[in-house]
Amino acid sequence: MIPAAFDYEVAESTDHAIALLGAREDAKLLAGGHSLLPAMKLRLSRPACLIDVGRITDLSYVLEEADSIAIGALTRHKDVTAAALLREHCPIVSHAAGQVGDPQVRHRGTIGGSLAHGDPASDLPAVILALHGELVARGPAGDRAIPAREFFTGVFQTALAPEEVLVEIRVPKLGPSTGWSYTKMSRRAQDWATVAVAAVVERSNGSIERASVALANMGATPIQATATEKAIAEGGSIDDASALAAEGTEPPSDHAASADFRAHLARVLTKRALEEAATR
Amino acid sequence: MAVTETTGTFMGTSVRRKEDAGLLRGRTTFVDNLTLPATVFMAVVRSPYPHARITSVNLDAVRAAEGVVAAFSGADLAQDWTGGLPCAWPVTEDIKMPTHYPLAVDEARFQGDGVAVVVAESRALAKDAAELVEVDYEPLGSTADVEKALEDGAPLVHDDLGTNECYVWKLDSGDVQAAIDAADVVVTRRYFQPRLIPNAIEPRGVLAQVGPTDEVTLWSATQVPHILRFALQLVIGIPESKIRVIAPDVGGGFGSKLNVYAEEALAVTLARRLGRPVKWTEERTENYQATIHGRDVVHELTFAATSDGTITAVKSIAKCAMGAYLQLVTPGIPLLGAWIYSGPYDIPNYSVTFTGVFTHTTPTDAYRGAGRPEATYVIERTMDALARELGVDPIELRRKNFVKEFPHTMASGLTIDAGDYDACLERLLELLDVDAIKADQASRRAGGDAKQIGVGFSTYNEMCGLAPSRILGAIRYAVGGWDAATIRFQPLGSVQVVTGTSPHGQSHETTWAQIVADQLGVSVDEVEVLHGDTAVSQQGMDTYGSRSLTVGGIALYHASQKIVGKARAIVAHQLEVSEDDLEFENGAFAVKGSPDRSMDIKAAAFQAHAAHNLPDGMEPGLEETAVFDPPNFSWPSGAHAAVVEVDTETGDTRLVRYVAVDDVGTPVNPQIIDGQVHGGITQGIAAALYEEGAYDEEGNLLTTTMTTYLVPSAAELPSYETDRIETVADNPLGVKGVGETGTIAAAPAVVNAIVDALSHLGVTDVPIPATPERVWRAIEEVRS
Repeated sequence: MIPAAFDYEVAESTDHAIALLGAREDAKLLAGGHSLLPAMKLRLSRPACLIDVGRITDLSYVLEEADSIAIGALTRHKDVTAAALLREHCPIVSHAAGQVGDPQVRHRGTIGGSLAHGDPASDLPAVILALHGELVARGPAGDRAIPAREFFTGVFQTALAPEEVLVEIRVPKLGPSTGWSYTKMSRRAQDWATVAVAAVVERSNGSIERASVALANMGATPIQATATEKAIAEGGSIDDASALAAEGTEPPSDHAASADFRAHLARVLTKRALEEAATR
Repeated sequence: MAVTETTGTFMGTSVRRKEDAGLLRGRTTFVDNLTLPATVFMAVVRSPYPHARITSVNLDAVRAAEGVVAAFSGADLAQDWTGGLPCAWPVTEDIKMPTHYPLAVDEARFQGDGVAVVVAESRALAKDAAELVEVDYEPLGSTADVEKALEDGAPLVHDDLGTNECYVWKLDSGDVQAAIDAADVVVTRRYFQPRLIPNAIEPRGVLAQVGPTDEVTLWSATQVPHILRFALQLVIGIPESKIRVIAPDVGGGFGSKLNVYAEEALAVTLARRLGRPVKWTEERTENYQATIHGRDVVHELTFAATSDGTITAVKSIAKCAMGAYLQLVTPGIPLLGAWIYSGPYDIPNYSVTFTGVFTHTTPTDAYRGAGRPEATYVIERTMDALARELGVDPIELRRKNFVKEFPHTMASGLTIDAGDYDACLERLLELLDVDAIKADQASRRAGGDAKQIGVGFSTYNEMCGLAPSRILGAIRYAVGGWDAATIRFQPLGSVQVVTGTSPHGQSHETTWAQIVADQLGVSVDEVEVLHGDTAVSQQGMDTYGSRSLTVGGIALYHASQKIVGKARAIVAHQLEVSEDDLEFENGAFAVKGSPDRSMDIKAAAFQAHAAHNLPDGMEPGLEETAVFDPPNFSWPSGAHAAVVEVDTETGDTRLVRYVAVDDVGTPVNPQIIDGQVHGGITQGIAAALYEEGAYDEEGNLLTTTMTTYLVPSAAELPSYETDRIETVADNPLGVKGVGETGTIAAAPAVVNAIVDALSHLGVTDVPIPATPERVWRAIEEVRS
């Protein structure tokens, strides 16, 4: 439980962090540290340099914009969970942030850190994907907004360039006809999802017209259940649509579940998520 | 039961723990907190292979690395060892006992087997340097499967033994085959209880100092400083008289620290070679690879019964994984359950067979309950299977077969002194309200709910309080089962108690003070309990097997009586009355009929030290030692029930209620008993639902961190409902052991509840731990 030797730099500002990323070889940003540090202690991760962004205070916020809510990347999970703006306009985010890890993790971990880590089993990537959120990256050339569906590129891999810092996450304000569910199964409360389903649905006349469904821990990245979404869009029932939830996925087999069982769970949990979203 | 003259005021009350003041404020002496000048730090290089020949160990790079003091291979150190790590329990005459040096010399036999050590100026430097050790391995065939290891052609763990069969041990009584032949119903069930990895919150740690003439001081996170002391002599050849072992604050053990480990011998060996103190603190992944595991047993259990539900025979055949080597009591662990395969039931014909099996895995040894959870699991699961076969209520089947009268000599040959199994069960049923649970179950079944509910029972007895030395001798255990206590009045009336038991979370500093305070008529705050240092507590047999109270506690009682006896003689002498004329109550001796003529025991203690006016020939001072060898084991029992909710679509199983009624004899400190019961139950539930030390077929450990080895947290568990009944055990305090009861009882109750929840679907078994996937597959299997 002792990491390999590494250098440590403190970023005084986002621009400073970007400059340090450009100046140092094999550097990693350190935010809450609840994913990175355990991996380093097991020596599975051996960055040459850590750039601590934890003292950059101006990236911790939840702000209302015209059609969206903007969340600063360094906002801690417990603050995302408690944010009144999110609870009002996009409660799936605050709800899911409350499901991350355990209270200690939620008091240290940040939404940006969780997303930039790119763990397909994490809660928030699937939620942001289901919401079609945007992730704002800042680099030497300025800001660019990356759609969630382009952000996650592989296990622990994202579209962030080496010198970019994730600074903001934007999620849409959900209207009164929008329902949502985040349905998660995990072995223990503190564990990553065995499988989780984030569903955001548009309701009309008591039935679901459109659904956006994203799955956690069903592949190398959080993944949209496109067959399910298509079936719903074409008027299919929840039962029929959720039976397609695992199509096109390549779930892992590990201590928590086999790939087969994950596929089964994806179908069951998608059905439950759509049923819940239809009424919430 | 003996009658004591002193009226107790502390026994039976929840005196606040003396230990907490330091623990809660972090003012502790855990080994990792200790430092000595010039200390160097050890890191152990471990085999990544389950089985490999070590063809070379190149230490050139590591010896040149920053901060490195020394580095050694197993071959380098072999000359320092006078023997291997000891196994104290050769259970049969022809048991295979491989030599087990602290470092592998030519072959690594499990993943995590130590092959080299590095010593550096800091822990971090030692860790970095260990990566520079170049070991050439030639991987060899291996197996982690206890049954496959016995097949012809299986890779051998020890080539020179020619077999993986370590021993075959049998206990037979009556005529089991005749009973089976004559039975109306015979049920045989097969069970695998996978490995459990003990998770003491403090991993192991050692700090060794060796003086210029081989005076050894070893601080170790151990349960057994006394056993470790004499074991060290066997391994390093320094006589025990020069060895001092200190177990300072120790953060849990659950049996895993009832052992003599390679790192303890290595640290002493290196400290002796280098002339500097050597320290080592185990990492959690090392803990999972190199500290003993528990369980890993395949059972086939048979009950024979008449059609009215009378059980006439029990037959158990078990294959028990030893791992790659025999640690301190590895072969004996199954035997700790060997006498109780009849459970709390009166079963006249009895047969138990254990086959010990070497596999390319971490050695197994004592883990909370040690042999008795294994036995109780298969008994209680099979009781439910038999009830289904007979079409009777599992509660009724248990009631019908309970032992009713005590003392009761079991078919296995041991005698249970006291118990009331019906009373435990009746109290459990009062608390549980089975009718309401069954009504809920019926309504969910009628409604076709995804989430079904079930209730399961486990009625158990167990043998603990290790142990009568003669019996230990008869079953080939190397040492005795007695324990020692010394009580010392200081001149001004405070009391020191020296115990041979070695608490590591059990609260002896509090409870031993309660016992002694009552016997001597002083306050618990005036009694200081010393333990865990062989220079202070020179004789003792340490803490394991729920033995401390029923052996060490009774030794305290006897030492107290000696103190009172000597004080009585002093008081009688000074008051010029006969000893028989004195009454002792609440700490004072008074002349019968003349209560104004009295002297309290503290005054007697002062007189004993002043020695101005003692009876002729009496030695000054007031200090007495008693060594107590128990005439019998301790026999706690109880009735537990679990209520579970099973999501039949996902297999997800949640514990809704857990109700436990235990008989642990006369309570010393109810709150501490509750703590033991709660912790024990949690470890049993963990075995049923969460924890599994999993290997692949070759012996690569798959669960190497707490993210894959699932120790449950409070979030997964309900608040337990506990109660007690009290039958008085046959010892002067009426006490029984309590440390392992919950772990022994809980797992079968939980799995029986799952099977009950799914019984309408036809499910009769779910492998443990009953993961969501296993529960779901059990349902799918009966559906297809």
